[in-house]
This record gives sequence, structure tokens and C-alpha cells, in this order.
Amino acid sequence: MANVMEVYQLLPKTNCKECGYPTCMAFAVALLGKEKIIEDCPPLIENPKYEKKLEKLRELLAPLMSADATETGMIIHTDKCYGCGNCVVACPVNVANDPKGTALGFGPKSGRAILMVEDGVIKCVNVEECRRFGPEKILCSACIVTCPSRAIEFV
Amino acid sequence: MAVCTGCSLLCDDIELEFEDGKISLTKNLCRKGEGRYRSLREDRLVPAVDGAKVGFDEAISRAAELLGDAENPLLFGWSNSSLEAQRIGIDLAKKLGATIDDTSSFCQGYLMEKVLRGEYPTCTLDEVRNFADVLIYWGSDPSSSQPRHMSRFSYFPRGEKRQRGYDEDRTAIAIDVRKSPTVVIAADGFFRIPPGGDAEFIEALLAALGGKIPKVKDKKMKKKILKLGSTLRKAEFGVVFPGLGLIYSLKDEIDKLTPLITRLNEVSSYKLIPMVGHYNMRGFNQTLLEETGHINRVSFKDGVEHGTQFAVTEAVNDCDALMVIGSDLISALPAAISKKLARIPTVAIDPHRNLTTDMARVTIPSAISGLEAGGSALRMDGVKVEFEPVIKSGYRSDVEILSRIMEAV
Repeated sequence: MANVMEVYQLLPKTNCKECGYPTCMAFAVALLGKEKIIEDCPPLIENPKYEKKLEKLRELLAPLMSADATETGMIIHTDKCYGCGNCVVACPVNVANDPKGTALGFGPKSGRAILMVEDGVIKCVNVEECRRFGPEKILCSACIVTCPSRAIEFV
Repeated sequence: MAVCTGCSLLCDDIELEFEDGKISLTKNLCRKGEGRYRSLREDRLVPAVDGAKVGFDEAISRAAELLGDAENPLLFGWSNSSLEAQRIGIDLAKKLGATIDDTSSFCQGYLMEKVLRGEYPTCTLDEVRNFADVLIYWGSDPSSSQPRHMSRFSYFPRGEKRQRGYDEDRTAIAIDVRKSPTVVIAADGFFRIPPGGDAEFIEALLAALGGKIPKVKDKKMKKKILKLGSTLRKAEFGVVFPGLGLIYSLKDEIDKLTPLITRLNEVSSYKLIPMVGHYNMRGFNQTLLEETGHINRVSFKDGVEHGTQFAVTEAVNDCDALMVIGSDLISALPAAISKKLARIPTVAIDPHRNLTTDMARVTIPSAISGLEAGGSALRMDGVKVEFEPVIKSGYRSDVEILSRIMEAV
């Protein structure tokens, strides 16, 4: 998972404000939050001296921008997933939304669960309910730490 | 809701969607269960005699002939059959005067016998979910073998007295020789022991429980075991989930576990649930125990006899015909014994092709329990679970196959 300092190091660090943010650090945060895209920084794109940085930045943010990642930045490596459902049962949102189903270890019963097991692997639905969604996100990691095969990560 | 017979958890909350009579989507099935469901269309067995495809009736009559003519037939497998099929299997063994044994013979048999005879305290998995606070996975790896064990019953779900979930209400302890996927979750409670070091660990734990310093060379480990002793003493409801790792490590010294279970129950309340692999191993053990007073390794040649000479690994030396049902014996046993097996005329009953069916003289394809055939089975904790077939197929159930052989013998 890329952190804000790594992204900042690859920006021009001139605080030119062309992107609409007061500092490059603020732009780095916006990039990670998917509020802006790399192309919103004109110097980085236009000035050839930043060519290498641009290339590295694109590489760094590729997982975040890929279609695999949900809007919360969650990537599920289905090839690694056991379908054990530990994340389904441990997810605090699932427990709160589905007290008769996932909270007790069963499959989801309420239709408001975020994580569920389909065809033997985990699937993310109702993503807007996730604690990591939106501007007020919390860095919850319940689904990551309970995974025996490390099949879930956030970018 | 369907029941999954992929392992001995018998998950009964499986949802299925169908398209053109085929399963198009499964919900709540783990990867292992999903594999079983997918196997519906893969590598199915065909009725055959000496490698040549024959009709179902021909295969049955040749199987009955082969078993009926034998003096010392051995009937093996059973852990992947329903309770109803197992009962007919025992009757068939009686009729043939055969030796009967199941996979528990080289699996969880020893511990299962103690549990079924009431020598070790046990409980149901629902009680584990509702009350257990200390869980000991000893030589077992539920994440790989019974993937939904931790999420459905033991560590993660909320229960009656465990409302706050795994991070506050439960402690998971994993004792293993390697960093298994279960250990990844129970990292704080991981005790790495050398292969074969279980007996030594039991002694160290007994010392720690008695307030003595355990005799362990490694200082860090010594401290950890002392801390574990205090955690175990403080538990309200502890459960030990022993796996094959513990059983194979202790081998003949398996009785060494008894003082630990006794001691644990002196300091608090501890139960034991063997981590059974096949979906109905416990069912066979219980049925045979009720019938004969023994859980496996029984011969009906002269009344009811029991002993290690009737274990499949020994019985192969004397038997002159073998019937294997729902098990790939050749893959499971060491090469030396498999070589002996290859010389015995064999009848194999299985949904799929495997090494045992490849070497068998007569093969009879069967329906997959829980998918193509109904019945009932005992979960690893002894709870009876009934299941209905979820799809139609032309394959016969074990019950039908065994009844036909019984009639023909």
C-alpha cells in the first residue's frame, strides 16, 4: 500500500498550486483519496525533467487506479482466498448490519453485509458501507488481519 | 439451504442458484466445499470390470461374486458415506463374516474412542460458539482442513456469553511445528515445537499448570509456557481441538494426553473435540460402537473380534478380497502397504476416479452425498445433520449400491 510520503516524494514539490491545492503534500493526499488524478498536476506531465518521477508515480499508483480495486481501495486476491469467511464474520460493519447472520458465523442474511463468500471466494458488495469509504474514512483492518492467506489488501 | 459434505463441519447454510438444472452460483461455501460441488462434473467413475466398461447390474453382480467367494474379505472406507449406508455396510460385513475398518484407524480413531466412551469431556460446536473463551488448536490447521471452523464456530462469531467477538472475548492458541495459515491468525498464541516434541510440551505445560518452572532449555519459551499456564488457569470454558499433528507425534504415547486433560479440568472446565476430516467419520465410529462395542478394526468372522490385527494396515496381509467405499486407500497409505493392496482383488465404490479405483478389479460409481443423494451424518461434535439431494442425477446412492450387493451375496 502506497503512503502519502512516497507519493509526495515523486511530485515536483514546488507548491505551484496549479492543481488547485495549496501544497504538493495536499495534492498527494488527494491522489491517494482518489479525488484527483496524476494528470491534474500540469508540471509533472509537461516538464520533461519530471519524466522519471512520473513513471515511478504511475507505477506506484497503478494498483489504486486498477479496475480490481473497489472504491475503498480494497483488492481481493481471489487466487489466494480460502473462502473461510473469517473476514465476513469479523467485519464490524457486517456484525452491526447483520446481527442474526454474519455476527453468529452464518452467511449474510440481511442483504446489508459488505463481505460475502460466493463461488468459494470472498466478494465485496455494498462498498459504501465500509468504514474505509468516503472522506471520513477510518483505517479499519479487521478483514486484513483475520485472513489466513493474506488475500485482502488495501491500496 | 443445502448442506455441504466437504468436511466434518457439515455447514448447513449453503445457498445455491440454478440455471438449466445446473448449479450456477454458490453462496457461503468455502473453497474446499466449492471444490466438492465443482467435482460434480469432473472425472466421474464409470462401472467397470477388469478395466472394461460394463453395465451397473453387471458391476454389482461381479462385486457380490468377488466378495461372496472370499474367505477373508475386508470392507474399508465408510467416512464419506451417510449413516444409513454405514449401517448397511456393517450388516454386509456381518453377512460376509468380513473385517470392517474405516479411515479413523489411521486418523482420529484413538481420540474419537475416548470421546465416544465419555473418557474425555466434550461439547458441541454450538456450545463452543456460545461459551468458549480459550481455544487450543493443537497439531491442527482448521484454516486449511475445515476452513469455516474458526468463522462459524470457534474464534470469530459472537455467542451468548461471547458478545464482543474474537479480539476481546476469545484467546486462540496454536501449537504446531510450522507456521500454518491458522497460526497467521493466532500469531500471539503460537507455540512452535519441534517435530515429535508434543510429549515434552505436554510435560512442560503440566509443570506450568502446577505452578512449577517447566523444564525447557529456551528461556523465551519457558516464560511463554508459564504465561500460557496462567492463561489456561484463568479460562472459563476452554476447548482443545487436537489434529493429526498431535496424534502422529505422540504415536504409542498418546495416553500422555490424559493427565493434561484431567489437570486442565481440575483448574477450569476444558472440553476436547477431535478435528475430524471426512464428513461422517464420527458417524461410523458411533454406529459401530453401538453395534459391537468397538469404534473400528472389527472382524465378524467368529462373532465379534477386535484388535490391531484387524486394522486395515495389518488386515491387508490376510485378506483375499477388499471393498473400498468413498476412500482413496492407495493414496493414503505408504507405498509398502499399497503394493500389497494392489495384489488383492478389489471392489471400489466412489463418485470419482482415483488411484484406488484405477487398480480395482470392479468399480461402481456412486452419487455424491449431500449433492446427488440425501441421508444424515454426524458432525465432528456428534450433532446429527440431515441433508437432501440438491440436484437430480443418474448416479445411485451408497445405500442403493450396498443394498444391491447385500441382496446379491
